[in-house]
Amino acid sequence: MIALDQITFAYPGAEPLFQDFSWRVGRGEAWAVLGTSGCGKSTLLYLLAGLRLVQSGQVCIDGAPLTRPRPQTGLIIQDYGLLPWATVRQNVELGLRVRNFYGPDGTHAPRGYTPSLEVDPWLERLGIGGVAGQFPGQISGGQRQRTAIARTLALRPDLMLMDEPFSSLDAPTREGLQRLMLELWAEQALTMVVVTHSIEEAAVLGQRILLLGKAPNRAAQVIENPGAAEMRYREGDDYGRMCRLLRERLEET
Amino acid sequence: MKRRNLLLAGIALLGLWQVLALAVNRPILPTPLSVLAALWRELTSGNLLDHFLASFWRVIASTLLAVLTAAPAGMMLGQSKRLNDIFSPVIYLLYPIPKVVLVPIVLLFFGVGDVPKIIIIYLILFFQILVLVRDSAAGLRPELIQSVRSLGAGRRALFRYVYLPASLPAVLTALRQSVGTAVAVLYVAELFATQRGLGYYIYLNGSTLFNYPAMYGGVVMMSLLGLGLYFGVDLLERRLCPWKTAA
Repeated sequence: MIALDQITFAYPGAEPLFQDFSWRVGRGEAWAVLGTSGCGKSTLLYLLAGLRLVQSGQVCIDGAPLTRPRPQTGLIIQDYGLLPWATVRQNVELGLRVRNFYGPDGTHAPRGYTPSLEVDPWLERLGIGGVAGQFPGQISGGQRQRTAIARTLALRPDLMLMDEPFSSLDAPTREGLQRLMLELWAEQALTMVVVTHSIEEAAVLGQRILLLGKAPNRAAQVIENPGAAEMRYREGDDYGRMCRLLRERLEET
Repeated sequence: MKRRNLLLAGIALLGLWQVLALAVNRPILPTPLSVLAALWRELTSGNLLDHFLASFWRVIASTLLAVLTAAPAGMMLGQSKRLNDIFSPVIYLLYPIPKVVLVPIVLLFFGVGDVPKIIIIYLILFFQILVLVRDSAAGLRPELIQSVRSLGAGRRALFRYVYLPASLPAVLTALRQSVGTAVAVLYVAELFATQRGLGYYIYLNGSTLFNYPAMYGGVVMMSLLGLGLYFGVDLLERRLCPWKTAA
C-alpha cells in the first residue's frame, strides 16, 4: 500500500529529518508512528498525504508515485481542521462538496465518482446526528474529532492518516474514540497510520509500531504488536509489557 | 446590547438636547420638537428626501464597488506570501493617507456629479477592506488549509470553501469601522461642486438661508444615514455569520 524508498527530506535550512529512509506498509494494516517531538513523525504523515514532497527517493502509494494529495487518502489532524463558520453537517459535507466542485477528474476526485452529498449515515455512525446543526465552537472536543472523522470517511478513503488525533481530549473520550477508530478500521477495510507521542495510544492502535528517533532517521525501527486490534487488549498483561518495552526503546533513541 | 437600553439612551440624549436648547435659547439651537416639525415639513413638501437619497446612493454604490474589488484583492494577497511581499509596502504607504485630503484633487479630475463623491468614499473603504481581508486570509491556520487540501481541494476550491467565507467577517468588520468615516467624508465632498446631497443641503440651510431647524433636519438625516448603515452591517453580520454569535 505504502512504499517509501530511500527518501530524504529536510525543511529549508534545517538538518534532514529523514535520510535514505525506507519503510513499507501493507494494505489493511494498522500502524502507529511513535516518537518524541521534533523527530519528524508529523512530517512523515504530511509526506504520505502528499502535502509535502521528498527531496530524493520516492513515496509510492498503491504503486503510484505521490506528487499531490491523493483523493482516496484521508487525513485527520489534532485540531483546527474544521471550518469554524460551517455547521457540523456542512463540515462533514465539505469533502463531497469539493469533489462535486471539480467532478470526477481523477486528481481531485476519483474517476467514476458520482456526485452526492449523502452524509446522514456517517453523522449517525459517528454519533453526531444530534449536533449536526451546530458550529464547531459550540460542541465538545470529542464531537469535533468525530466530525473530522465523519468528514474523511464520507469520502470512502482506503488509507487513513491521523496526526495526534485524540491528544487534546480527556481520557474517557480519548479511549472511546480509539475504540471507535479500531471498529471503523475493521469495518471499512482501512489502512491506518496514526502518529502519536503517547506510548499508550501507540500500543492500543498500532498492530505494528514505527519508532522514530533523533533526526535524521535512517532505518525504520519496527515493533510488532499483534494484539492491538483486540477490544480487551488494554486490560491484559501483554499491553502493560508492550508499553514498558516501548518506553525503554523510546529512551534508547 | 438590549433594545430597551438603546431606546433609553436615545431618549436621554433627546432630553439633554431639549434642556440645552432651553438653556441656550437662541435660534442656532432649536429644540428637538421644532427640528422634528421642520424635518417633517422638509421631507414631505421640501426636497430633503431627494438630498438624502442622493447621499444614500453615493454611499451604497461606493460600498458595493469597494467590497467587490477589495475583497478579492485582499484574498489574493492573503493567500500568497509572494504577492503580499510585493504589494504590502505600497499599501503600507497609501493606507494611512487621510483620504479626505484627496477630495479637492478628485474633484479637479472628475468634476461635478456623483462620480468624484463615489470615488472618494470608495478609496476609504477599499483600503480598510483590503487590509482586513488580507490579514484574515493570511491568519488562517495552516492546519486548516492543509486539512482542506487533503480533502482534494486545489486553489479554486480553497478560495470557494475557505478564503471566501473566511473573509466575510473581515469585510463586515471593515465596513463597520469605516462607515462613519465614509459618511463624514461624504459630507465634506458634498460641500463642493454639487447641488444634491445632505452635505449641500445642510450647508445651504445653515449658511445661506439661515433656516436652522431645516439645517438640523439635515443633520438628523445624515446621522440616521450613518446609524442605518451601522445597523445594516450588524444585521448582515447576524444573518451571514451566525457562527460568530452562536459560539
